[in-house]
Amino acid sequence: MSALEVISLTKKFGGVHAVDGLSFSIAPGSIHSIIGPNGAGKTTLLNLITGIYQPTQGEIRLFDDSLVGKPVHARVMAGLGRTFQTPQMCMHMTAVENVMLGRHLHLDGRLLPAALRLPRIRDGEQEARGRAAELMEYVGLADYLNDDPGSMPYGALKRLEVARALACEPKLLLLDEPAAGLGASEKADLTGLIEKLSDAGLTIVLVEHDMKLVMSISQHILVMNFGQMLAEGRPSEVRSNPDVVTAYLGSAV
Amino acid sequence: MSNIEVKRKGSSIGMSSGTNEYQRPIAGHIFRWPVTNVAVLAVLLVCLPLALKSGFHYHLAVLVGINATIAISLNLLMGYAGQVSLGHAGFVALGAYGTAILSSRYGWPVPLALLSSAVGAGLVAFVVGRPILRLKGYYLALGTLGLGMLIYLVISNEVWLTGGPDGMTVPVLELFGVRLMDPADWYWLVAVMLILVFWLSTNLANSPLGRALRALEGPEAVAGSVGINVPWNKLLVFTLSAVIAALMGGFLALYAGFISPSLADFMHSIELVLMVLIGGLGSVVGAILGAAVITLLPQVLTVVEEYETLVFGLILIGVMLFMPRGLQPSLRNLWRRIKR
Amino acid sequence: MSEFFQYLITGLTIGSMYGLIGLGIVLVYNASHVVNFAQGDLQMLGGMSAVALLSAGLPLPVALLAGVLAGGLAGLLMFKFTIEPAGEAGPLALVIITLGVGLVLRGAAELVWGQGFYSLPTFSGNEVIRLGGVTIVPQSLWVIGMTAVVFILLAYFFSRSLTGKAILATSLDRDAAVLMGINTGRMQLVTFGLAGLLGAVAGVLIAPIAFTYSAVGLILGLKGFVVAVLGGLGSFRGAWVGGLVLGVAESMMAGYGSSDYKDAIAYLLIVLILIFMPRGIFEGMSGERV
Repeated sequence: MSALEVISLTKKFGGVHAVDGLSFSIAPGSIHSIIGPNGAGKTTLLNLITGIYQPTQGEIRLFDDSLVGKPVHARVMAGLGRTFQTPQMCMHMTAVENVMLGRHLHLDGRLLPAALRLPRIRDGEQEARGRAAELMEYVGLADYLNDDPGSMPYGALKRLEVARALACEPKLLLLDEPAAGLGASEKADLTGLIEKLSDAGLTIVLVEHDMKLVMSISQHILVMNFGQMLAEGRPSEVRSNPDVVTAYLGSAV
Repeated sequence: MSNIEVKRKGSSIGMSSGTNEYQRPIAGHIFRWPVTNVAVLAVLLVCLPLALKSGFHYHLAVLVGINATIAISLNLLMGYAGQVSLGHAGFVALGAYGTAILSSRYGWPVPLALLSSAVGAGLVAFVVGRPILRLKGYYLALGTLGLGMLIYLVISNEVWLTGGPDGMTVPVLELFGVRLMDPADWYWLVAVMLILVFWLSTNLANSPLGRALRALEGPEAVAGSVGINVPWNKLLVFTLSAVIAALMGGFLALYAGFISPSLADFMHSIELVLMVLIGGLGSVVGAILGAAVITLLPQVLTVVEEYETLVFGLILIGVMLFMPRGLQPSLRNLWRRIKR
Repeated sequence: MSEFFQYLITGLTIGSMYGLIGLGIVLVYNASHVVNFAQGDLQMLGGMSAVALLSAGLPLPVALLAGVLAGGLAGLLMFKFTIEPAGEAGPLALVIITLGVGLVLRGAAELVWGQGFYSLPTFSGNEVIRLGGVTIVPQSLWVIGMTAVVFILLAYFFSRSLTGKAILATSLDRDAAVLMGINTGRMQLVTFGLAGLLGAVAGVLIAPIAFTYSAVGLILGLKGFVVAVLGGLGSFRGAWVGGLVLGVAESMMAGYGSSDYKDAIAYLLIVLILIFMPRGIFEGMSGERV
């Protein structure tokens, strides 16, 4: 069983085929990267997988569960977690509360128990806070527990995104340009974190521009161009593929 | 299925180690612990009658209490969930007129009429909310404005049902055999309801649903990415705030004994929004403060009579320019400084 | 059949006025991202000042001009003293501020002129024009005609003149405009002044036909907001078409249906359009991106 299987996926916007007949599968527990020049359709693909767009044609399966037709929140229930390219935090809550947001599906979200503050809710809150704190420590943010996201550095916010996504207990984690905006040492930390997550059994999919990071960390790479698959394989294979080199027109590999 | 096991080197940790030491003050309250805020409010409400010297004072207190409860419900929608409603007075009026019509024209027992109109308003909110809440920003504002104005127009024009612009009388509320007519009696009823709604809202703040509501303010994709059903939750908070507003509208009708279509007009909706803004968006305490200010302001302004509209306008501009975050944040900072 | 055309003319007349108000709102929204709820009161100011100056003895054309200028001045002052100081206040706060300005204008008008109903004499006499069973009041032609002239002049202004283009630039991307050396503060000031002028023009145009009174601003502002959104908030043409559509719809409703619910048309239209066509008749705002 694949962690993620995409079959003949197509998304049309008017006459434009943002994604065109794409098919691939991702093995569980692997680190898989999706790369391609600007406009290749990576973002559209990401949005199709997460449910922001519905496909014109084709199928998406998460651990054999069909995702097509399911709204965004239902896909999280199916085991999908994601981070955003630009960290999206609720500024009215502390960092740990933002991570607690990720525990939503594992908590009682009903109105009446919440309004009456039943023991179930109280205990759930305590447990969620504890778990969120652990996750923040796991990603290296133990010092920022009760801080205001507005005062946190950019690199920390990107890690907070990961913590929040992890709180959902996903089976597959989608990282949207996790290295964007990070400095060299932060990227090294990121690499370490991704490897740690992969060792723990999580399937990781990266959409990324940073070639060095992608080449060093991925077990498998999918290259897109013009909405289609250009190449696929291990980093060494992709790196030496002439079509890939041409598509990037000499960008540093 | 948790595939991330966290093991801290050395110490053995329980789930809640170190995380409950610091209880951050709930955004929007003045005192750190939720229970303190509720208790202080209760004490204030019990002691307030000592300062109320006349029937008129009690009357004002009852109005403030009713408006405060409505403002708390609107704050849930606007402050927590970040949605805008420029037509909330419409729901208040639905509750008021529903109660009045069902009891006086159709002979329903008053409590039943009251509850039914609250439920009815909730149904309206639920049905209209589904499509309207897909909108954002000025479009949502306009949609809710349109809804409120439509309610106003129907109430004004269907004279056979509502008495039209001349208004209609409302029967007296009878609780456990006691006819509630004295403002002093109403004071206690309203105080109980205010405490109840305040306490329920406070509980909501520190709950999974409360956090989910606060996430609604941001982009839909983000709340969705943690599994929050955004359209459903928006609808929930919209309907809930409509039900509470309608319920209080019903009580308002029963208290005042007489209602008119102006209950649903645009200025009333704006006043409700102002209560939330002046008090501090997102703050339950602020909603009460804002309600007090907006309810009492016209009383103060009657002194200046013909200048009333002019002065009210100037106050609106002044408050938004000089206290854009509202009263509650200033008061909380004041309290913090006192503590040091 | 002639009934239909009668209602149509009435509708186009009122609709032109709505279009002007909507235009004022779209202008200000584009330049400063604030929905100006005082636009209706600016119209009231135009009409009422003209009435006052006329009864003070000034000849009609001068009174009209002065009324229009009064609106423009009010717009300028409004920006300088309430919008500019507000800085980066949120949209809700700005709405409240403009409502406050509207109330101030209304309150001042009530103080100075009381709560009576007033009207202006028609511009070119009262002799009606009969056209195949349809009675047309000459003032209607003034309203419809002048509105068209205004829209054409504005189109020219924004596409040909330097100031106009600068204002457009400010509305499209304020930061970029600043980088281009455009004094965006002044552009916004001009826009508000322009909106005030437009509102006042609508006021003096319609006062001969419909009564004007101190409190008329609020309902006019609301309808103007509806019209602006109908047209897509970003589009001048949309505001004009939206205004005409609303005016005609109201007129048809009053003529064929119930005149009590005439006002309901605006709100019903808006709720329906927002549900089925959130972008308005013409393309307006775009959705959010993460």
